[in-house]
Amino acid sequence: MDAGTFQFLLQDGITSGAVYVLLAMALVMVFTVTRIVMVPQGEFVVFSVLTVAAFQQGLAPRLAWIVVGAALVATAMELAQRWIARDAAGLAGRLLALLALPLAAAALAVWAVDQSSPYAWQCVGAIALVTTLGPPVYRIAFRPLAGASPLVLLIAAIALHFLLVGLGLFAFGPEGSRLPGFTFEGPRIGDFRVSAQTVVVVAASAMLIGAMLLFFGQTLAGKALRATAVSRTGARLVGISPDSAGELSLTLAALVGAVSGVLIGPATTLYYDSGFILGLKGFVGAIFGGLAGYALAATGALGVGLLEAFASFWASAYKEIIVFTLIVPVLMWRALVDPHVDEEAA
Amino acid sequence: MTRRSCVAVVLAIAAVLPWLATPYQVTVLSFIGLYSMVALGLVLLTGVAGLISFGQAAFVGIGAYAAAYLSVALQWGAAATLLAAVAASSVCALCIGRLTLSMGGHYLSLATLAWGISVYYALGQIPALGGFNGLGGIPPLMLAGVSFASEVPMYYLILGCLCVGLVLVRNLLDSRPGRAIRALRSGAVLPESFGADTLRLKVAAFAVAAALAGVSGWLHAYMQRFVNPTPFGLNMGIEYLFMAVIGGVGSIFGAVAGAALVTVLKQQLQDWLPGLLGQAGNFEIVVFGALMLFVLARATGGVWPLLSRCMPAAPPMDTGALAGTALVPAQHGNGPDGEGAALLSVAGVVKRFGGLTAVDSVSFDVRAGEVVALLGPNGAGKSTMFNLVSGNLTPSAGEIRMRGRRIDGLRSREIAALGLARTFQHVKLAGDMSALENVAMGAYLRGRSGLLGAMLRLNRAEEAALRQTAARQLARCGLSECVTELAANLPLGRQRTLEVARALCADPALLLLDEPAAGLRHAEKDELARLLGQLRDEGVTILIVDHDMEFIMKIADRLVVMRFGQKIADGDPGDVRRDPVVQEAYLGA
Repeated sequence: MDAGTFQFLLQDGITSGAVYVLLAMALVMVFTVTRIVMVPQGEFVVFSVLTVAAFQQGLAPRLAWIVVGAALVATAMELAQRWIARDAAGLAGRLLALLALPLAAAALAVWAVDQSSPYAWQCVGAIALVTTLGPPVYRIAFRPLAGASPLVLLIAAIALHFLLVGLGLFAFGPEGSRLPGFTFEGPRIGDFRVSAQTVVVVAASAMLIGAMLLFFGQTLAGKALRATAVSRTGARLVGISPDSAGELSLTLAALVGAVSGVLIGPATTLYYDSGFILGLKGFVGAIFGGLAGYALAATGALGVGLLEAFASFWASAYKEIIVFTLIVPVLMWRALVDPHVDEEAA
Repeated sequence: MTRRSCVAVVLAIAAVLPWLATPYQVTVLSFIGLYSMVALGLVLLTGVAGLISFGQAAFVGIGAYAAAYLSVALQWGAAATLLAAVAASSVCALCIGRLTLSMGGHYLSLATLAWGISVYYALGQIPALGGFNGLGGIPPLMLAGVSFASEVPMYYLILGCLCVGLVLVRNLLDSRPGRAIRALRSGAVLPESFGADTLRLKVAAFAVAAALAGVSGWLHAYMQRFVNPTPFGLNMGIEYLFMAVIGGVGSIFGAVAGAALVTVLKQQLQDWLPGLLGQAGNFEIVVFGALMLFVLARATGGVWPLLSRCMPAAPPMDTGALAGTALVPAQHGNGPDGEGAALLSVAGVVKRFGGLTAVDSVSFDVRAGEVVALLGPNGAGKSTMFNLVSGNLTPSAGEIRMRGRRIDGLRSREIAALGLARTFQHVKLAGDMSALENVAMGAYLRGRSGLLGAMLRLNRAEEAALRQTAARQLARCGLSECVTELAANLPLGRQRTLEVARALCADPALLLLDEPAAGLRHAEKDELARLLGQLRDEGVTILIVDHDMEFIMKIADRLVVMRFGQKIADGDPGDVRRDPVVQEAYLGA
């Protein structure tokens, strides 16, 4: 391998690795707060890419109907539960998250964004749509399972993944899409020109990670999420609702997923069902940190990106096998790091 | 109509169905049979052992490809390929299980996700296996001169295999290793405490599930006479799990119900959903996803419990048949030590948790035939001391010996094998098992039968002896009338007594009781004190941890009192009670 190829592969690995880092961090966040292994994380990525692509092609953003549908189902579930319990406390806030914001995002996507809008505005429309999917999805799929064991939550996440993939096929059809690339010239390092895609992805990932760190370190909501991650009971005792924490973490995960989509969209063609493999790669990274440590998860995810890039050079046909078989040595390594604890089933 | 005749009717219907159905429908029925076998493995894994695998389709694929490759490339006969299919899938499962299960349940699930994807891609990449185009030309199945080339004989073969699978799994669950596997769902502490190697049991359950999947794959290869990677991908692996969960992981018949329901529903949905939506595609996954979420939230038991309500209840267990069967040989009893020898000796034991010293150089002995009570106010370090003796914690310093052998640092199952049996402060019983089965679990180390022997019913003599021994211990503890009652339905006082009976069933040299009186009502406490007094009179050596002075005074021969991790008194109950230091500890005077 010559230096040029090496630099190219390195750049390729870092670019996809940066997106996997975002996904891995979202997975770690959701897992620590809710014990949910967020298998459908990749669906958020794909939904955002395919919605931007729909705007570009002048098609109706059919994801808006899914968002409206999810909002209506979630609202109906919430109202039914409130009616049975005769409980109206804080209902307005719930309706804002479950109904008003999703409807507003859908209205924005349908009436305020079209083919002639600037690219950035189309991205904003898609990200808003995907992000407001967070609260209804949590309400419908996970809220009824509060207190269930991680394994039940894992099955529910897989079921949700099936549901979303099917809806994605309905909304976007079987054709794949790729977003237009970024057109400016990247900087030179020696005689190697860094691509615009790499610059944008790395910069945006770094900013998003910085924002997450600030959010967790400096804001009350962020600290409430961390407290919930440490102990759900403890958090409840000091007045933090694990449900709102779960909902918030899922909304943030949707946001991170949607932004990742806009970042990775120009680099590869995505189909309605590509999300699973994307999410799993972030997940292999997250396993490095035992689904609990952000720094290790980020390092692991970057490693997955690099491994994938170099594997596609040496043994392109075995790329996926190599990436997913990596999980075995990683698990063995975790076994040595983690002292064995017997988890008692709930 | 009894349950047995219900099963006979269902079997008769399954047997005549091919005459009423079109060849296409027979094929669908055959697929239901194939899927049921895989789902059956998942019932054993998920519903019984509390483990979840997304990679069962990969094991089916390994079985199918083993049959295809060996019969096409090497012209092996069907019997040889069957053995190879089962061996290949279960050996893979042994390796994966061994690697991941020591880390706790959800790592296995995650590893099986990756495994499911990797096998799919690997099958598609290996040129000798035909790549993604698959491998064709598999010869029609011939077994003992009978041809299974057409749909109907194949259907009967699959039905037969499924029935054999159901019987084997049922036999397994109703056996010594099966009871230990059923206890796994509530965590490893309980089965380890009666001497079961939980890691081995989990790996074994995983291998049995994989072997069932391998047989399903073997049948699949001969039925289609062609294999390609698509039916063995991760999506199918997840669908198998859906079948098991929707059908009901609590019962082996849930696997069949789930496979039938999901397969038929899928066919129907594939016919009319695309028309409804005006678009082609696999939209049935939306319905399955939603159905799964509903089942998880609202009907955790799946469909089978609803169906089985329409069936007659299982006949009550015939306990009369047990009378007259032999008992399993005695295990430890009071052993060769004889009255008065030091059975357990704790010498200078220290346990630190970070900066906190929970137990600070405590020494005491328990002599054979003696009832020693470890007393102390809350936070005195009693429970820590208890866990050090039972092997759930390792001391920071000091020695613990049982009959002269050092046991500090041993695992709890190794200590159990030396003759120690325990009860739990927070009752640990398998609630969905009968009292008799729960007690029989205690005799785990007194039996020898393995997994295979249990499945093939080679263990009947030992099984009868184990049950008879358990029935004896129930009678000894005054629980004769609750033999068939589910443990979960007993009141707390009886559940505690049941734990004592389970511990006695191990025929222990030393019985360790962890706060047996906690949470009991007055009358229940009296009853328990009577039972422990009776055991003392029978010569059972007991170490009991509690803080209820009144309860303890009724039964203990000797008291050891702890405070702030240190021993402050050791001696005759009357003397200790008058000890000013003890009085201060208790009354804060």
